[in-house]
Amino acid sequence: MSAASGTASDAPSVTRRGGTRPGALWWLAVPALLFFTVFGVLPLLGVVGLSFARWNGIGAITPGGLSAWRAVLGDPGLAHSIWVTFEIMAVSWLVQTPASILLGTFLAGPQRYRAFLAVLYVVPLLLSSAAIAVTWKALLDPNFGLGAGLGWDLLSQNWLGEGALAVGVVIFIVSWQFVPFHALIYQGGVRQIPRSLYEAAEIDGAGRVRQFFSITLPQLKYTVITSSTLMVVGSLTFFDLIFVLTAGGPGDATRVLAVEMYQTGFLGNQMGPASAIAVIIVFSGLVIAQVLRRLGGRDPSASELEGM
Amino acid sequence: MDPQTQTRPSASRRSVLAFVAGLPITAATLSACGSSGPGSAESSGGGGTGASFWTLSGKPQEDIRQQAADEFNEAHSDTPIEVTLFQNDAYKQKVKTALGAGQAPTILWGWGGGGLKSWVDAGQVEDLTSFFDENGDLKDKIFPAAFGAATVDDTVYALPCETVTPIVLYWNKAVFDQVGVQPPQSWSDILDLVPAFNDKGIAPFSLGGQSRWTNMMWLEFLFDRIGGPEVFQAVFDGEKDAWSNPDAIKALTEMQKLIEMNGFVKGFASITADSNADQALLYTGKAAMMLHGAWTYGGMKNDGGDFVSGGNLGYMNFPAVEGGKGDPSNSVGNPAQYLSISSKASDEEKKAAMTFLAESQFTESIQQAWIDSGNIPVAQGSDALIGDGEDADWLKFQYDIASNANSFVQSWDQALPPAQAEVLLDNIAKLFQMSIGPEEFATNLNAVIGT
Repeated sequence: MSAASGTASDAPSVTRRGGTRPGALWWLAVPALLFFTVFGVLPLLGVVGLSFARWNGIGAITPGGLSAWRAVLGDPGLAHSIWVTFEIMAVSWLVQTPASILLGTFLAGPQRYRAFLAVLYVVPLLLSSAAIAVTWKALLDPNFGLGAGLGWDLLSQNWLGEGALAVGVVIFIVSWQFVPFHALIYQGGVRQIPRSLYEAAEIDGAGRVRQFFSITLPQLKYTVITSSTLMVVGSLTFFDLIFVLTAGGPGDATRVLAVEMYQTGFLGNQMGPASAIAVIIVFSGLVIAQVLRRLGGRDPSASELEGM
Repeated sequence: MDPQTQTRPSASRRSVLAFVAGLPITAATLSACGSSGPGSAESSGGGGTGASFWTLSGKPQEDIRQQAADEFNEAHSDTPIEVTLFQNDAYKQKVKTALGAGQAPTILWGWGGGGLKSWVDAGQVEDLTSFFDENGDLKDKIFPAAFGAATVDDTVYALPCETVTPIVLYWNKAVFDQVGVQPPQSWSDILDLVPAFNDKGIAPFSLGGQSRWTNMMWLEFLFDRIGGPEVFQAVFDGEKDAWSNPDAIKALTEMQKLIEMNGFVKGFASITADSNADQALLYTGKAAMMLHGAWTYGGMKNDGGDFVSGGNLGYMNFPAVEGGKGDPSNSVGNPAQYLSISSKASDEEKKAAMTFLAESQFTESIQQAWIDSGNIPVAQGSDALIGDGEDADWLKFQYDIASNANSFVQSWDQALPPAQAEVLLDNIAKLFQMSIGPEEFATNLNAVIGT
């Protein structure tokens, strides 16, 4: 899905210009639609239904009216979780986007050493989030970790034991894990930019920096939107990394919505309120994805290559 | 897995390492039970007269559980007990799903307390009153304190079995010698020891604070020593504003006093008990003392080199708090493990299961097996089986705590219903982060009493 969505932004325009008759091959969508309905839409409806019920996971499911929603919306923990989720979302976007664009532009160059580096950068993508979390947790341990082992006091901070530091560590590890992925997307985006633009700019005497800001960045507009959508919507569902790394702690400093949902549902046995949180997560994701799409301009199928 | 995964459900319920490492095992057990799991449904239809039994995997406990079933099956080949083992994390979810779907086994292994109550409330387990009337000898054999967590609304729904595991205060003798201090006899001794160790760059107490129930053990003892077991009992009974009891507030205040004095190892909030890093701090001498379950003894013996065998591990019951109302012989921890019988099983299955409960758990060979694994069976007089092996002192110490305790409070998070336990653990973590004070703690928890 990743590589495909990197270039998806201009794909529709190509097919439409190609003049495909709409509806001619509609049945090709049936298998996908079927899967989406069975594994996506139906469970979602189930969750919406459960959010209006009382269920402890064992006994009978009884209608609960709005009690679950009242419990969730009246809980100061929810506001805190939303705040933490959006804090991690925003800061990790701010960290990842510039880093990914620069790295992607760098990797788009034809030099062979860059191709070699590109392979190295992809390594974090090969690791599961749980493995990454276990490893970083061990490295950051104030008593047995890297800092204590090397005797560097600077490194033996209470990384995961203090709220602000723990949030920073989560953002750092998330970025470490996902920057290579987004760099790949940007690499693809940069490679799509026609050489002729750069040649023209060179003739006009533009330097590399000027070329980057005047050609590369504007041409990457839709890639930025694609990558940002993946980043932002993805960060709504961060669970594995945070659950293994801090379990939402210390206290509730890193308790994002997904962890809150897990704790409510599977540790607290309150499936109703947990489902209500799940609905909130889905709803936020849809709204954010829509907003990002709108930011991309009125016509999402417009091409960056207009007039070329 | 580690011993604590057997005795501390919440440890491994939240155990990330077990979670990660145990996935393949879980998958294996789950697929295994695809055929054998819904045994009650199959055998009731097929005319079989045995019973299915779900319990936890993990050495050495699973071997003893299997041994009990094997011995029973030898004597009762017409009503065999079929054991299915589950990795700890998988078990809670699996049982919950199975009960909800009417696919539960005949015999359910459990931790008693709030979890058992949720089964009882859902009408899933048998009332064992008549069973104990018929088996009076068995009832007299078991430590009386073990029945508390098996009882819901004055009715017994589970057989206490297996082992009693108190929480004890461990101390590193070598570190105490090095600093030149004596083990604490009272709470004020503890507070005095804190600066003595901190001055030497040694953490006074090790603590795996990310696991949250580890912090809770401290409160369990402080509540008991300061106010007696009645304080938590009031919470358990759902009395209004029970957490605002002045003794509770005092215990919470003393707790925060110790945290503020840097009584716990740096970074305790990010240490998990599942990684055994808290034990490592004690046996490597980075920390002087540790309040932890008796199940950690085995871990320290295995991992700590000559720490245990060289006689460097000291242990004691939690000391008294000056002016406190609690009896210093009281203990907290896991009073036993529990076996219940599914109310949805057929009459034949129930009968086989009752016989299994009555005959298999307290035979001399099973008691001996528990003792050989370093645990104390929940049976009166089991100290006679201790012998004089290398762990004899430790076993006698545990037996004395268990048999002398006037009150043996079950771990709070097991005793309370899951929803309340989650709020409790959450607020305990915040209390230890100093982000809330005693009053706010009490207010937050009063709000969920009786839910």
